[in-house]
Amino acid sequence: MSEKRVFMKGCEAIAEAAVRSGCRFFAGYPITPQNEIPEYFARRLPEVGGHFVQGESELASVNMVYGAASTGTRAMTSSSSCGISLKSEGVSFCASARIPMVYCNISRGGPGIGSIQPSQQDYAQATRASGNGGFRMMVFAPGDVQEAVDMTYAAFDYAQRDRNPVLILGDGVLGTIMEPVVLPPMRSEEEVRRLKDELRDWALVGHDPKKEERAFILPGGWSTKRQEQTCINNAALYDSWVKDVQVETIGLEDAEVVVTGYGISGRIARSAVNKLRAEGARVGYIRPKTVSPFPYETFEKLDYSRVKAILDVEMSIPALMKLDVELAVKDRTRIETCLHAGGEIMSSREVEAAIRALLQGGRTE
Amino acid sequence: MNGTDMRNEKELKKVYSRTSTFRKDMVAGFCPGCMHGTVFKLIGEVLEELGVVDRTACVFGVGCCGLAMEYITYDNTTSPHGRACAVATGIKRTNENMLVYTYQGDGDLAAIGLAETMSAANRGENFTVIFVNNGIYGMTGGQMAPTTLVGMKASTAPGGRDPKEHGYPMHMCEILNQLTAPYYLERCSCNTPQNVIKTRNAIRKAFQNQLDGKGFSMVEIVTTCPTNWGMSELDALEFLEDKMFAEFPLGVVRDRSAEKPDDQAEKSDDREVE
Repeated sequence: MSEKRVFMKGCEAIAEAAVRSGCRFFAGYPITPQNEIPEYFARRLPEVGGHFVQGESELASVNMVYGAASTGTRAMTSSSSCGISLKSEGVSFCASARIPMVYCNISRGGPGIGSIQPSQQDYAQATRASGNGGFRMMVFAPGDVQEAVDMTYAAFDYAQRDRNPVLILGDGVLGTIMEPVVLPPMRSEEEVRRLKDELRDWALVGHDPKKEERAFILPGGWSTKRQEQTCINNAALYDSWVKDVQVETIGLEDAEVVVTGYGISGRIARSAVNKLRAEGARVGYIRPKTVSPFPYETFEKLDYSRVKAILDVEMSIPALMKLDVELAVKDRTRIETCLHAGGEIMSSREVEAAIRALLQGGRTE
Repeated sequence: MNGTDMRNEKELKKVYSRTSTFRKDMVAGFCPGCMHGTVFKLIGEVLEELGVVDRTACVFGVGCCGLAMEYITYDNTTSPHGRACAVATGIKRTNENMLVYTYQGDGDLAAIGLAETMSAANRGENFTVIFVNNGIYGMTGGQMAPTTLVGMKASTAPGGRDPKEHGYPMHMCEILNQLTAPYYLERCSCNTPQNVIKTRNAIRKAFQNQLDGKGFSMVEIVTTCPTNWGMSELDALEFLEDKMFAEFPLGVVRDRSAEKPDDQAEKSDDREVE
């Protein structure tokens, strides 16, 4: 492969991928473990004629992004867990007004201030209720730094396609780990301008009322009929994402036990699955790369006359992705768990032991 | 109508017309005696005078001001409650040629949005804040605001504002005047024709500052709310002049409009050093 590989920290790689995708505005507020994202943007954005603002809070930061994205500028914010909760106000407004923006959760332990170490305690918030009003977003769950780069780069295109927020759901491991990555190409200034111009009719860039329609970016208003229509239109958009599901699978054709997990715990589980398959064990693997839309279809296609159990691996107690797995499995086999929380990271050996127990017909605990 | 009148009409010159920044097919919907309509009219006239209607964006706060969102003809959005200065920051930073203004009430600007207001002013963001202070929450039905006068009754302070429990009214022009960056802070009203003209001039100066790249300007307009003050329109005007102006005196609090923008001032300092 002729492409140049560079050794980068997850947070910084995400920020660089965003800039290469055309992101020209970032506002954020310090919180561990994602500080390298705003720090990288603070240095990088002025180099490409973009703007970085350290907001006075998460609330201010996400609303600065609301403003910047309202002009058609590719814009982003990031935070971690309790900071993401504060951003929910602005995210909900963006979803209501259908504003394209990207944000990233380098999640930590919870609830509350939790712990600053890696965790996956925000799955339900990310996929079901990232703010008031029952909106949905596409949520990408990268398992390594390369995926984080590729997904962040693409996230801006999805956001613009749908004029809707897109979330990158990472965790403290992904944000702080250093790995070799191939960075996507830098979009030219002409291309970035063209992408902004695509949104010109809709965006707050000034319109002459004598010649054209004003831009009217509305997160809700006085008309109940109009708001109902907004909800109907949004729901149709959410339904259309079934075509955008991304999922990694291993060995589902013969699996007796299927292991599932997303993000970093999905990656840890894959090590255990690969080791056991090398030994000849009939273990399968499903890693949702998009957790919204969720790969229900992949679970639907399993041969439940053969699958004895599903092992849900998450760094969250209670298990949260398990709720989606339950929806997909519909009681056709039993679902066991291998869990950690509070910043404790699981080992592949723990997952391996849990799989062995299930293969032998036992339970995980 | 006889022939003489017809002749006179032909000789009449049109000296005043409704601003083109209002839709012709809509009415504002503000309560009788409310001054929001006047303020929006003044803003529209100034935008036309400056020739910038086609490059203006208004960021509405949350409250009665939002009633105008449907009938102004130029670009606008509505921010979450209190976040107008953050939204305006994002718009202006990414579109420097736009004229961006926020339009906020006292609850929006001085309570829930205090951090956003102070921080935008402190950064010297190059947009304009139109702050309408009537000492009460209007849209939600008369709750106590940061600017409610001592002793003034509100639905959440039924015995009247008590300093021991609620503290004192906040003076936002004076609070922002503690900061270095803001260029222009003036408090006006629209209770008399003379004050309407003063308000119009203040809005024009604030917008001109922005077009000249000078940074943060705020025009505070002290107004009535007959509905939630529980008064007739005329009694409300009297209360405004006797009580509100005593607490919130009209006038210029800061005016650096004649100075060069900060970045240019720094450059000239550099030259002197060389």
